[in-house]
Amino acid sequence: LKTLALFVVILAGAMLIYAGQDLPAFGDPDSPAYQHRMTQYFIENSLSESGVPNIVTALLANYRGYDTLGETTVIFTAGMAVILLLRRRER
Amino acid sequence: MSRIQESVIIRTVVRIMVPFILLFALYVIMHGASGPGGGFQGGVIFGAGIILYAMIYGIAAGKKKMSDALDRILASTGLVIFAGTGLLCIIFEGMFLQYGAVPLLPDNPAEVSKYLIDFVEIGIGITVLAVMISLFFDVSLPESESEEAEE
Repeated sequence: LKTLALFVVILAGAMLIYAGQDLPAFGDPDSPAYQHRMTQYFIENSLSESGVPNIVTALLANYRGYDTLGETTVIFTAGMAVILLLRRRER
Repeated sequence: MSRIQESVIIRTVVRIMVPFILLFALYVIMHGASGPGGGFQGGVIFGAGIILYAMIYGIAAGKKKMSDALDRILASTGLVIFAGTGLLCIIFEGMFLQYGAVPLLPDNPAEVSKYLIDFVEIGIGITVLAVMISLFFDVSLPESESEEAEE
């Protein structure tokens, strides 16, 4: 069984490395993420629209605030689930 | 008590380090708007500081600083701060989480949005730190009970 698990891990790793060849180079200005018009929009307007110099935070908390609320809820729910499953009653 | 916990060097270093770790966590949370950082990262750093303290000084001492009840209250408080900020925007005739709608500075909605984003980051940080600490205490509870039984 352990040999099978090792084989699966190596196979998955090899597939990821093979797929990684197709990623754009680090900082490549021609990559789709930089070419998309939304990138241009956020770089030009995020400071004046959200008042936050950090574009990442502007996206996280302002443009995608609803998404971030969901993420926080996921963390909260996970914590509560662990409390329900693992916490023992005090004696 | 393990040998690591009895070491004077480790206990002293931890006692000196923990306040700085917690201060750095608050810095990361508050700095999220203008540089790298934010609620998630800062909350994890704050939780790591308390967890480090509890690892060296014992679970019981850690729970004295951060009790289970406080954990649960903080975890939900952070979420309420976040959702409450969104609802505040609805009260002032904006959309959910449309920060600019809150009339703190009527002529500059972007400035309002900046402060409310800080507020939201604080809410995220509180939830994350409380969940981190409660996860650690829940996972470590059986070990501490066995230690108490040995003593």
